[in-house]
Amino acid sequence: MSSFRVPGRGRIDHQSPVEFSFDGKKITGVKGDTIASALLANGIHLMGRSFKYHRPRGPVSAGSEEPNALMGTRRGPGRFEPNTRATVQEIWHGLEATSQNRYPSLEFDIGAVNDRAYMLFSAGFYYKTFMWPKSFWDKVYEPFIRAAAGLGVSPTETDPDHYASRYLHTDVLVIGAGPAGLASALASARAGLRVTLVDENTEAGGTLLSEPQAVIDGSQAWDWVEKAVAELKSLGARVMTRTTAIGYYHQNMVALCEKLTDHLPAPAANMPRERMWRVRAGQVILAQGALEKPLVFDGNDRPGVMLAGSAQTYLNRYGVRVGNSAVIVTSHDSAWYAAFDLADAGTKIQAIVDTRANPDSTLLEGAKSRSIRVLAGYTATRTEGRLRVKSVRVNPVSNGKVGAPETLTCDCLLMSGGWTPSLHLFSHTKGSLAWDDEKQTFLPDRKTEDCEIAGAGRGLWGIGAAINDGAEMGALVARHLGRDAVAATYDVASDRPGTGISHKELPTDLNPGKARAFVDYQNDVTAKDLRLAVREGMHSIEHVKRYTTNGMATDQGKMSNINGLNIAADALGKPQPKVGLTTFRPPYTPTTFGAFVGYHKGDHFDVTRKTPIDSWAEENGAVFEPVSMWRRAWYFPKDGEDMDAAVSRECRATRASLGMFDASTLGKIEVVGPDAVEFMNRMYTNPWTKLAPGRTRYGLLLGDDGFIRDDGVIGRLSDDRFHVTTTTGGAARVLNMMEDYLQTEWPDLDVWLTSTTEQWATIALNGPNARKLLEPLVEGLDISADAFPHMSIAECKVAGLPARLFRVSFTGELGFEVNVPAAHGRELWEILWEAGQQYDICPYGTETMHVLRAEKGYIIVGQDTDGTVTPYDAGISWAIGKSKPDFVGKRGLERPDLVAKGRKQLVGLLSRDGKTKLEEGAQIVLDPNQPIPMKMVGHVTSSYHSDAAGRPIAFGLVEGGHDKMGDTIYIPMPEGVIEAEVTGTVFYDPEGARLKL
Amino acid sequence: MLLIRCPYCQQTLPELEFTYAGQAHVARPDAANKQISDEEWRDFLFIRTNVKGPHYERWRHAHGCGRFFNAVRDTVSDRFLITYKVEDPRPELSDLLEKSE
Ligand SMILES: [Zn+2]
Repeated sequence: MSSFRVPGRGRIDHQSPVEFSFDGKKITGVKGDTIASALLANGIHLMGRSFKYHRPRGPVSAGSEEPNALMGTRRGPGRFEPNTRATVQEIWHGLEATSQNRYPSLEFDIGAVNDRAYMLFSAGFYYKTFMWPKSFWDKVYEPFIRAAAGLGVSPTETDPDHYASRYLHTDVLVIGAGPAGLASALASARAGLRVTLVDENTEAGGTLLSEPQAVIDGSQAWDWVEKAVAELKSLGARVMTRTTAIGYYHQNMVALCEKLTDHLPAPAANMPRERMWRVRAGQVILAQGALEKPLVFDGNDRPGVMLAGSAQTYLNRYGVRVGNSAVIVTSHDSAWYAAFDLADAGTKIQAIVDTRANPDSTLLEGAKSRSIRVLAGYTATRTEGRLRVKSVRVNPVSNGKVGAPETLTCDCLLMSGGWTPSLHLFSHTKGSLAWDDEKQTFLPDRKTEDCEIAGAGRGLWGIGAAINDGAEMGALVARHLGRDAVAATYDVASDRPGTGISHKELPTDLNPGKARAFVDYQNDVTAKDLRLAVREGMHSIEHVKRYTTNGMATDQGKMSNINGLNIAADALGKPQPKVGLTTFRPPYTPTTFGAFVGYHKGDHFDVTRKTPIDSWAEENGAVFEPVSMWRRAWYFPKDGEDMDAAVSRECRATRASLGMFDASTLGKIEVVGPDAVEFMNRMYTNPWTKLAPGRTRYGLLLGDDGFIRDDGVIGRLSDDRFHVTTTTGGAARVLNMMEDYLQTEWPDLDVWLTSTTEQWATIALNGPNARKLLEPLVEGLDISADAFPHMSIAECKVAGLPARLFRVSFTGELGFEVNVPAAHGRELWEILWEAGQQYDICPYGTETMHVLRAEKGYIIVGQDTDGTVTPYDAGISWAIGKSKPDFVGKRGLERPDLVAKGRKQLVGLLSRDGKTKLEEGAQIVLDPNQPIPMKMVGHVTSSYHSDAAGRPIAFGLVEGGHDKMGDTIYIPMPEGVIEAEVTGTVFYDPEGARLKL
Repeated sequence: MLLIRCPYCQQTLPELEFTYAGQAHVARPDAANKQISDEEWRDFLFIRTNVKGPHYERWRHAHGCGRFFNAVRDTVSDRFLITYKVEDPRPELSDLLEKSE
């Protein structure tokens, strides 16, 4: 294989060979190559198969807009990335690249049969093909779609890399480091502003890297770039390469994804692979330039068919001739220069085929001086060549008539359909676009953010125009930011400004219905598909896009947008601005999930709240469960115990003697102030005025809609101080709701609210021996049954620690809850644990807590209620202070639907066989023999095996449940229908005698 | 991410510090002293404007001073026209639009 490398050309290091593999074959490139440039240097154009038709494809571009040359790249276990753009990925020694979407090999691919059957895969084929029969969905269509969906293969191993993220504030953010961007950055930096210049490429320079002939103020282009970057750095500007601005968000926030290791042969283990920057900029300059458009004609996708500007880049930046024998097909001046550069480097230019009848005379002279044949006023109508283009058929066009064909042989075909300003980031801001009739493209119009667009991004063509516009814009934003700034002017020699025209499909003498003239390469959308979509009734460009999938691939139509628009507009018989563009959305280029995730993975995915006693539970073998953001001890299994056995033992031990439970996660809010009692009267359903200091009460909180929001025991410490407890998950919500009412409805009330959830560690002691354990440890308080009855609160010392002691029970046993400052939580727990040994004290977890409370009929808000349950529904209307003039939810409770008959009400459920445990969430019906779909009248909310009841117990919400006591309801399950009796909700000690011990 | 000015802190801070709190100027009817019809109560609970354009709404500086405040935000552009204290009068839209021109 002959080398296509041109000695001495390009910005690569010819003396530093780099070996990598492509489909297992060893390939040698040089330092500075991309995968694509290295393969092209070895004469390889075939790099992939297309998505739908499995057509052989090669790189069509030299940048991030590449739709074809997508590969899997791998760096050892777990480090595999599908759809890596070979035109962007730098090579390093040992890189493994594999082609995609082919079997068994890239050269011979069975899937290419799709290409023969292309008539089946026309626009909307998903919608048409997979409609019927319905039974085909599971077995035929879905597996087919899944197998065909997407390019490449998802990685299956965990990504071992880590990803970083940072914030950055800057006065001016310049996106794109081509001539316009560099000049903008210089102007702003010289005005004394903090400037950040970013570019997705490996180095700054943009177009200047591909046009080394240009001379700026007497300096050769590359020398000028070097000096510009050096000056920027000396002025303190941050110049970031391999950094893509992926999204432009509100108030000048731009997300940058910086690639840090993908180009390195052996990155340090502690290096993040990528870093996501969230930049807030005073002013943004978009200097992203323009992207070249393909021409649309039959066979414009064969390997070897490439954009002319990209061929120029491969030559001038990478020192690679993309072929020995080239034909140029163009509607724009720029491709002529690509032809000249390649001719000068030794590639035979078979012809320059220009669709325009009268190309510029200086171009014609350039061609003549190189003995290049010029075919002006021609069209291209077909290419040949299976794995590489080998010829192109061209025809003269006069007066709209396509003349006799001629076939030109070649090994590469370089095309240019003109240039499209890169509008993606501007469009992210919802800035509006205006159609420029002369340039036949959309340009930025009305801005919504503090930004300016410079250079080719606003339709200015040529280095001189771009660089001077950049300088103007840099100075302009500096003035916006209050600096005196005058734009420098640059004198550019050997510039190549030019013009061109824009096309729909090129005219042809062949049957256009058979043409494989691609508009969107990545999604295999042809001109014919777009016309078909319009014929089939898609009249909005958004519908055309979705019906054909044009522009919906990962390149988001960077190349296909305007061609697609031109064809759709023609088919619709409307001018382009009346048709409009589809919406661009972030990210600009495909971005790894890792970059978005950043540090938020593994243990850092979410906050895990732990109580002060958590470490003891861990040391003592607890199994944990997540409860809202908390990690809570679920149960404490002894050797060989499963959960059921452990929970039964914990329940028995607590009811027989003594259990201890870490209740620190209970939400706690201190309500303080002269109007504290009035505030409590208005917030909670219960009356609080007569609750004496030292006493507690079960508090019920509703929303103003009348539905239960939260509950908890509330203690009054003094006239003006309440210790409110909430559910574990409800604490923040309840405080927010209290603040809302206090600040906005009752600002006249003199009350302060403080979250104290994490200030107190709370240990619940339950069981007949609870007082015996506690009594000797308590100082300053008589906790005998008479002096400190059920539902009392007091401040005292427990084991020498300052404490708030509740006498309260969520188990039905004699119970206390000891609150001590959080820092002393584990200390107290260990003291109680030691002292409790004489009573066989048993630590228990949340599961036992749930069982014990259910045996007593205590509800859990959020489990036995679901946001549509009233106190009446839940059977706790006794908690409502009916004589109060108002409280949150009082008026809501009178709403017609809330007082209607047939509401779902909370009841007990006992399986008739006495053995079957119901499943939480299972649906309840009244007649199990009714036809499906059955009328569901409720569901099981809580269900446990009860050691105390000697049988399973359950709660359920059942329509009209309170009137169904003793009735049988049915729970249809896959194994059969379960019969259950509707009962009250208290299954143990209904008199409450054990509470009063 | 938006930047939001807390009228109490008098600082412009990242959206992360704030939580949205629904439509503004929805007063809770005085059910303690007046008969409130079902319709009135329904409107208070559920009926909201769903504006396309400038929207009077509430935010809370949840991870800052904790205060609820009012704002006018354009739901199309996501731009804040103003933020103001709960106790401040509802600003006239015409004044705001004039100022933002
Ligand atoms: Zn604030």
